[in-house]
Amino acid sequence: MARITLDNLRHSYMANPKGPADYALKQLDVTWEDGGAYALLGPSGCGKTTLLNIISGLLRPSEGRVLFDGDDVTDEPPVARNIAQVFQFPVVYDTMTVYDNLAFPLRNRGIPERDVKARVEVIAAMTDLTEMLPKRAAGLTADGKQKISLGRGLVREDVNVIMFDEPLTVIDPHLKWQLRSKLKELHTRIQRTMIYVTHDQTEALTFADRVVVMHDGYVVQIGTPVELFERPHHTFVGHFIGSPGMNVLACQVENGKAFFDGHPVTVDNPPAGSLQGKQTEIGIRPQFVRFGDDGIPVEIAKVSDAGRYRIVDARHGQSRINLLVAEDADIPASGARVSFDAAQTRLYADGWLVE
Amino acid sequence: MTLELRNVSLRVGGETHIYPTTVTLVEGEFNILLGTTLAGKTTLMQLMAGLRYPTSGEIWFNGGNVTQVSVQKRNVSMVYQQFINYPNLSVFENIASPLRVARIARREIRNRVERMAELLQLTPMLGRRPSELSGGQQQRTALARALVKDADLILLDEPLVNLDYKLREELRDELPRLFEGRRCTVVYSTTEPGEALLLGGHTAAMHEGRITQFGPTAQIYRAPADLITAKVFSDPPINAVPVTKSNGAFRVEEGVSWPANGKAAALEDGPYVVGIRPHLISPVGDGREQVRIDGQVLITELSGSESVVHFEHGGHVWISQSHGIHALKVGETASFHFDADQCLYFDASGRRIGS
Repeated sequence: MARITLDNLRHSYMANPKGPADYALKQLDVTWEDGGAYALLGPSGCGKTTLLNIISGLLRPSEGRVLFDGDDVTDEPPVARNIAQVFQFPVVYDTMTVYDNLAFPLRNRGIPERDVKARVEVIAAMTDLTEMLPKRAAGLTADGKQKISLGRGLVREDVNVIMFDEPLTVIDPHLKWQLRSKLKELHTRIQRTMIYVTHDQTEALTFADRVVVMHDGYVVQIGTPVELFERPHHTFVGHFIGSPGMNVLACQVENGKAFFDGHPVTVDNPPAGSLQGKQTEIGIRPQFVRFGDDGIPVEIAKVSDAGRYRIVDARHGQSRINLLVAEDADIPASGARVSFDAAQTRLYADGWLVE
Repeated sequence: MTLELRNVSLRVGGETHIYPTTVTLVEGEFNILLGTTLAGKTTLMQLMAGLRYPTSGEIWFNGGNVTQVSVQKRNVSMVYQQFINYPNLSVFENIASPLRVARIARREIRNRVERMAELLQLTPMLGRRPSELSGGQQQRTALARALVKDADLILLDEPLVNLDYKLREELRDELPRLFEGRRCTVVYSTTEPGEALLLGGHTAAMHEGRITQFGPTAQIYRAPADLITAKVFSDPPINAVPVTKSNGAFRVEEGVSWPANGKAAALEDGPYVVGIRPHLISPVGDGREQVRIDGQVLITELSGSESVVHFEHGGHVWISQSHGIHALKVGETASFHFDADQCLYFDASGRRIGS
């Protein structure tokens, strides 16, 4: 077990990087506390996989250091780092039994067979594989095989961190629930550091105690799921988390007050100083926009039925404002106006939350 | 451009892949095939396309029997979940390829490709090779090729499944607009109930080689004909709990009971299954719910804006999905509430009462 620190990390795949655009990872200072359940969340191409490979030792960063419990492991190979990894697709030895698959990492390390047996049985019970132990892995379904991969990731007691790289991609939605719950439960039981890499916000938010959001080679926010939802530090976080994401509307700021196309909007974080020369925007989640008698006039472009709620695509000129309304709520046929819950309306300057 | 399946079935080597299926698809709308992996969605699409021939039954298209007509002679486009493009051709030539095959005039090809590229935001990429594109751009290229040739039947087999979450949201929003005003039949398969709802149109719920129900999407969701359809159309899974009706009340074995009101009052005594969607069970009552159940919390998943709680009551695992963060502790006993009038009731054979 270890605390993992990424210190002043930068990485470029080019031999002679010049500007920031040449870096896949631009500047990272992140500490992963021992025993935490983390998610690394971002769209494809944001640098997640690069970061994962740097932690596991498959890639040496161009600049900066990787520390495990304060020890510099930047130049250590993967095998010296004691890391377990679970990949997108199940990696299973088809000809072996489930038991032998789970025992593999332990036998590899020369652990006595009696200890192997005890440990495999514990892990099999945790992952609901006990009855499958004597069976050949080849006969299992995709989720069964992925459970073996998870089990193998958990079986060693001496690992510093377990990393999951999009582990539920191949799993059907109705089984995802079960496996995700299982993972969460396993984390609670074994209290080992876990890093779950995904582009899926639901998976990240439900699994992790803390989510590290990446965008374009930067970490834009590290926070609890509630913080990411309620107080996105960057418009990207607001947009990326939540479905549909936060509405981001260009606004003018005059004398510390925000205006959207001439309409005054009360924000929760009025600026203390001048924002002159900066691009200013209002961020408001669709959950906190309401229809009312006053407010900003909108045309309704589309209403989508999502079952337990409806998504209303409303337009004010060129700006799109999404609202979530209850399944049984009324949607005005004409002359609609919308207003924002002031406590949940935030001001952003050049993309960053004004503080 | 109506596509009609009349008693179409497919047997392969003594095994039934598609049971006799009769359905008339709706032109100009999305026809969604919703079901888990192996429900038969892809097979049914292959039969519709003419890529496979049915063992029995007939396929009629636009008033003509096309059962034995090969795929080349039907005007069909298909998009698969894996992005399929010609790797050695530019994006422009990829999109143009079906028009070249159809010997369309050069200028007309240019016009149509450019219009399609505009619609799918591929204009800056027209000169590039597929390998130089992101996954989303590659899939948009495949979509553009399928749409450019004005096919009568367009089959989209889980086309968004390999894309990033946010991109999926964006394309899901765009897709229905692409087909607006076109005289074609669109079939779209998905494993995700939420996706089916947001796309709208008509939905065929599929389970183990059968269409269990076909109709307007929102109607199938709100008034499923049977328990299987309700299960296919619920994520997280619908709570389906056996109950017994006697003395004017429903009772969960060794658990709560509630009065059988409304239509349910007239039902004969005996065993039923109650179906309650997770979002109708709340850890905080708002006073409208009549039924309170106390259960032991098994799992909590907090996603930043909502809470999903799995709990045990009367020997069954129940799932509650609610707005806001309800940080219940695993192992504690908590109260949950639901409104019996919003429940679905199914008889012993699985038919919904009142359907």
